[in-house]
Amino acid sequence: MDISSYRGVMVFAEQRGGHIQKVASELLGIGREIADKLAEPLTAVLIGTGLTAAHSADLIAQGADKVIVVDHPCLQPYRTEPFTKALTRVIEEVKPAVVFVGATTIGRDLAPRVSARLKTGLTADCTGLAIEDETRNLLMTRPAFGGNLMATIACPEHRPQMSTVRPGVMRKLERDDQRKGEVVSFSVTLGPEDLNVEILEEVTEQVALKNIEDAAVLVSGGRGMGSAENFGHLRELAAELGGMVSASRGAVDAGWAGSERQVGQTGKTVRPDLYIACGISGMIQHIAGMEDSEFIVAVNKNRDAPIFEYADLGIVTDVNKILPVLAEELRLAKAKR
Amino acid sequence: MKIVVCMKQVPDTTEVRIDPATGTLIREGIPSIINPDDKSGLEAALVLKDQIGAHVTVLSMGPPQADIALREALAMGADEAVLLSDRRFGGADTWATSTTLASALRRLGFDLIICGRQAIDGDTAQVGPQIAEHLGLPHVSYVKELELAGESLVVKRMFENGYQRIKVKLPCLITVLKDMNQPRYMMVGGVYDAFRKAIPVWTVDDLDVDQANIGLKGSPTRVKKSFTKGAKSAGKVYEVDPREGARIIVEKLKEKFII
Repeated sequence: MDISSYRGVMVFAEQRGGHIQKVASELLGIGREIADKLAEPLTAVLIGTGLTAAHSADLIAQGADKVIVVDHPCLQPYRTEPFTKALTRVIEEVKPAVVFVGATTIGRDLAPRVSARLKTGLTADCTGLAIEDETRNLLMTRPAFGGNLMATIACPEHRPQMSTVRPGVMRKLERDDQRKGEVVSFSVTLGPEDLNVEILEEVTEQVALKNIEDAAVLVSGGRGMGSAENFGHLRELAAELGGMVSASRGAVDAGWAGSERQVGQTGKTVRPDLYIACGISGMIQHIAGMEDSEFIVAVNKNRDAPIFEYADLGIVTDVNKILPVLAEELRLAKAKR
Repeated sequence: MKIVVCMKQVPDTTEVRIDPATGTLIREGIPSIINPDDKSGLEAALVLKDQIGAHVTVLSMGPPQADIALREALAMGADEAVLLSDRRFGGADTWATSTTLASALRRLGFDLIICGRQAIDGDTAQVGPQIAEHLGLPHVSYVKELELAGESLVVKRMFENGYQRIKVKLPCLITVLKDMNQPRYMMVGGVYDAFRKAIPVWTVDDLDVDQANIGLKGSPTRVKKSFTKGAKSAGKVYEVDPREGARIIVEKLKEKFII
């Protein structure tokens, strides 16, 4: 394989029902950084049915130099085989050095199939991506062993270097509607041989609440909260800070919060501006989901709780006593301004 | 109907701890288990065996001691087990692993291949779809329910925000979620039989596979380094009463322009 003929960074811009997913913005953020480091272009690939110029413009405003649009009636909703064919064809045509796909239930279905077809490496659920100076190879860092261990992986002799990227980890760019970019449509032939599955029913469950990944402030509770009733105090504080309540696995298992609020290795990865960990001891699996938060405050009555190792500010005290006082102090501080 | 369930023996990662002194993984005394998603895949196959008399084979790649996981599967009710074990398979990434398993599956024959969605030690979820690609089969991943409908399967495929009900023709491959069922216990009689049964061990020489495509040599990816996450330098910790603690937090949030 002549790896020198592969240039540029490509991101799979996942859309569902015509809505470009948040992870696509994050991929454009990291993709832009890697492309700039290589001094090569960043291409977004948009695959679906009935895609519009507004979709492409959106991807350009978020960092893409070029958008390749594959629009075909068989590409909505997502199905593995037609999407595999479409993305593989685009990659074969463009020959990018790097391909990023969001590690969603779609990306983690699509990317392995594409990488196997292209006979190249794929690194799953990356949380760190960088270019190695000497070789210009992509270094892909990911958690393993349930978040206990990190591994950095390279794909030195095959191209493209592919990774799925964990949602919620990379930063998207500031939107710039003045950015210029090129939009190209790409046609793919799909026949019965690509359509071996039939979708009988599709159900989208409306998630009434905003996702915790989108919150700027998270007030998070663990087993140390002691009861479902005490968990209610977190809502008061979250409301005062304009944030949301999240939870550790222990609190979710105890039934004090729904699993959609769970932070950690088996839950969600969050990076809010402020994360207040209340009565959370800080198991490594929890840390894996929140350690990149901008500012971490931990409240726990156990001075030896591992959470204090990760906190920017730690308070050793009874969490259920401090919460009402803290809400009150916040109201006072706001009133003074 | 011939079902092959792909299974991995994994360390029980919920038991894994970091040695605080050395910052390394403590591996001693960590029990090995059948990967949970795979075990539910086996249960799903055994349900089909109960319903329609399917023949269930379990296939694993791993060191000789992975034999134990296969015996557990036999004791649960699988008809047959095959272990792929050879030093030359070692160091394989998902591409080389799926290539090796696909080659064994070709030799075994199948109508349906069931894999767990992902293994708890690697969490990649890649091997199932990659096997399907190597074999040119359709696949459906993230399956939470399945039923047989003539020459097809009807499955419930989960997404973050909903699901699809999908009809897929056999032969095909599915990857399943552990919460799809509660795997049965080993049968008492089954345990006795399982430990007397010979489990064939296949090496590279038993497979029609290009040696350049297996093991470390056949793996496009390389692990450059592995490390435990170093804690970032901890911030200041105050042991104070609740009122004082609340004031400290508010001061700090003001300083950081968060409030």
